[in-house]
Amino acid sequence: MRIGIVCPYTWDVPGGVKQHIDDLAQALMAQGHDVSVIAPAADDEELPPYVTGAGRAVPVPYNGSVARMSFGFLSAARVRRWVRTGEFDVLHIHEPLIPSLGVLACWAAKGPIVATFHASFSRSRAIAVAEPLLRSALEKLTGRIAVSDAARKSLVEQFGGDAVLIPNGVTVSRYAHAEPLDGWGPDGRTIGFLGRMDEERKGLPILLEAFDALAAERPGLKLLIAGPGDEKDVYERVRRDFHDRVTVLGMVSEADKIRAYHSVDVFCAPNTRGESFGIVLAEAMASGATVLASDIPAFRKVLGEGQAGALFSNGDPASLAREAAALLDAPERRAKLAEEALVAVRKYDWSTVARDVVRVYETVTTGGVGRVEEDL
Amino acid sequence: MTSTVVVLVVGIVVVLMAVYVSWRAGRLDRLHIRLELAKESLDAALMRRRAVVLELAGSRLLDPATSLVLAAAAHEARMAGPEEREHAESDLSRALRAAADQERFRERLSESPGGSDLLEELDAAVAKVVYSRRFYNNAVGVTRTAQRRWLARTLRLAGHTEFPQFFEIDDNPPATMAME
Repeated sequence: MRIGIVCPYTWDVPGGVKQHIDDLAQALMAQGHDVSVIAPAADDEELPPYVTGAGRAVPVPYNGSVARMSFGFLSAARVRRWVRTGEFDVLHIHEPLIPSLGVLACWAAKGPIVATFHASFSRSRAIAVAEPLLRSALEKLTGRIAVSDAARKSLVEQFGGDAVLIPNGVTVSRYAHAEPLDGWGPDGRTIGFLGRMDEERKGLPILLEAFDALAAERPGLKLLIAGPGDEKDVYERVRRDFHDRVTVLGMVSEADKIRAYHSVDVFCAPNTRGESFGIVLAEAMASGATVLASDIPAFRKVLGEGQAGALFSNGDPASLAREAAALLDAPERRAKLAEEALVAVRKYDWSTVARDVVRVYETVTTGGVGRVEEDL
Repeated sequence: MTSTVVVLVVGIVVVLMAVYVSWRAGRLDRLHIRLELAKESLDAALMRRRAVVLELAGSRLLDPATSLVLAAAAHEARMAGPEEREHAESDLSRALRAAADQERFRERLSESPGGSDLLEELDAAVAKVVYSRRFYNNAVGVTRTAQRRWLARTLRLAGHTEFPQFFEIDDNPPATMAME
């Protein structure tokens, strides 16, 4: 299939949507599809061969935040030319409600068009004013995908209709190999946590309380914490004489994050609720870590009811401490769980996600739909 | 002098109205085309699912009882008239769930020769019914709203096309092949 993908945000700035598009494009190409991406980019910028630049992006305030987007006559003309010469079987627009290339592409093309909605948004004046415009763009979309329940919900509530849910993927191979962080390593005594420290539903306080209990019985036990937030909040919750056994890394780079997964014996995900799909959990599993997670429905599903990782009663520090102790004392069980996790996580690999997206493409191109054409 | 101005103004208003109406009509036409294509795609997906289920039932890879349940449900869905279609397709989903959610159904099937290809086909067929039905119902929704507009009703912009109906079935996939 020839697939044209429209990215609304600049290619040189890292971000969730851009990463999603890059991963998807690569997974599709690996499956033998022909992919062309158009994204805002300056003319002198180095781009991968499958990306076309649509002109420089400018920072504009929209809907409560500032984003670098691309619009105007020049971009519109380039998008039009890209659509005309691309001979795409299907056009895949990301975030069509953002005033950037997505809207321009919707305007310039007709035929089988699929859109993916990433962000959840709340009713704002901007959207209310632009609604008739956006509505006519939305009318052109044959298939709609949402990456999360939240994104799907806000789309349905504000514009009606429905979307199919295809969550983000994890590039499993990217996590497979990494050196542990300096001075760290799986030594049978390290517990890890990754996530926002100040967000209640990520459950860090539960882990800290359990750590206090565990550390009292196990002199060598250490805790490694990574993620945005204030380290004071962490130390306030840990007994003073255990402070030197708790290390807070704060925000880490993508590479260090992977190394952190490789540095621990037990990776703990104590989330109390939410998490329609535990991406952190999937990353840890892909890194070959042994996982101990709260038994919220999403995690039980990802971990195959405990087959691919241990579970503890949600919100219960005593249960967490008990399960963690059992895991730390059983290296063979840890290895077994980690092995199972590597199998289970394949379901969340990008190749699987891309397969589902291709099914959507096939659905919208069934029958005498024809190719994507320029809409004059 | 003034009469020319009046004629001119009336003329401009008429032209603007004509442009607006034809734009509206064009948009509605486009929605009808999209609806038509979505319907085709839904029909194709349902047909594909029936075909794959029948093939699975006739493959001798399953026990005879399961095969019979599947074959009967697929046959009913194929024979159903327009009135019973939604019921029959929902029953097929239920039969499929009952079959595929048996213990070790996937493992057993993928271990038998030719079974894993069939399983893959079944996964795709089930997913495509879910996708195409969502997209079809979306198209029905927008077309309905557009047809109900005052202008469309008064000028009969929709012509003789019928008021589209949603296609409501139970298409929940078996738990073991849940995509979401």
